[in-house]
Amino acid sequence: MSKFNKKKDAALPAVNTASLPDIVFMLLFFFMTVTVMKDSTLKVENVLPNATEIKKLEKKDRVIYIYVGKPTREYEKVFGTESKIQLNDKFADASEVGDYILMERAKKPQELQNVLTTALKVDKEANMGIISDIKQELRKVNALKVNYTTYEGDAFRNLQ
Amino acid sequence: MPKRGAPPEVNAGSMADIAFLLLIFFLVTTTIETDAGLDRMLPPIEPPDTDVIIKQKNIFQVSINRDGQLLADEELTNIKDLRAKAIAFLDNGGAPSGSADYCSYCKGKRDASSSDSPAKAIISLKNDRETKYGTYITVQNELVGAYNDLRNREAQRLFKKDFTDMEAEYLNPETPDNVRDELKEKVKRIQDLFPQKLSEAETSSN
Repeated sequence: MSKFNKKKDAALPAVNTASLPDIVFMLLFFFMTVTVMKDSTLKVENVLPNATEIKKLEKKDRVIYIYVGKPTREYEKVFGTESKIQLNDKFADASEVGDYILMERAKKPQELQNVLTTALKVDKEANMGIISDIKQELRKVNALKVNYTTYEGDAFRNLQ
Repeated sequence: MPKRGAPPEVNAGSMADIAFLLLIFFLVTTTIETDAGLDRMLPPIEPPDTDVIIKQKNIFQVSINRDGQLLADEELTNIKDLRAKAIAFLDNGGAPSGSADYCSYCKGKRDASSSDSPAKAIISLKNDRETKYGTYITVQNELVGAYNDLRNREAQRLFKKDFTDMEAEYLNPETPDNVRDELKEKVKRIQDLFPQKLSEAETSSN
């Protein structure tokens, strides 16, 4: 029986943690590669409307974003409370939308230039006048595919 | 020359901590979300070469005023009733049987004073400059919904599947190519039964 008793007083061996950094690094690299940093800080209020008949915007590299809404509180003093267009990090006028689209389009690889979508992220309190101006500009530069970005939800809640 | 021993080992015990710190940072900043919304095509700016004459009865006029009130086919309408009205208009199939436009799959009233066939029916959406964007999206959503309801009905009849599901599967980049080719034909066929003809006139300023 002494054969079995022998090991009993030996201390529990420590778990080898040498491979822990490797595992953590693996996870780290995974998240580093899938992370998309938020590319522009929003300077406008952006509560999107709800809709039910929506389609997903699958490929992010084929999308150009345009934000519209009231300037947020810190910009209210300078830019007023009327709805404004935000392109990249700047407030812009409707007439600049065309140039912006052309510039963004030129940045994309050749094979994607014809399949770009313009995503309009518009606050639900904005007026249609500004949207019509944008649509007119988009038509001028032949960027005809648009996506009115919305949340998924009951569309009638927009009316309240 | 003094004899040196082996260089001391660098203590790597804190490497895991540093890696964890970075990991947590990336975990927090990651957003794995896809945007979704209503896809629309804008009309090209060049006017068509030939003026097409469209019969008044084939146009379903929807106007939204600045207070969010809705005029559909010259009647004040609640937005909740818009979808049913649009479906009734699109699905009407007023052309008499035997004529070129006759719609064999329509289940509407076949009222001669409404649209001839889904291929001829046009919905025209007009809005004021002061209309709220939220209202506009709701109306767009209802009109697209009307088309989707009709397309779903036909897809159920022909393929025992919803059109919206088929289209989502077709647009999903993970769908294998052979499945997609098959779906493409089906989706095209349904789209031809109820082509989406939603014209957006330029906004009026008064």
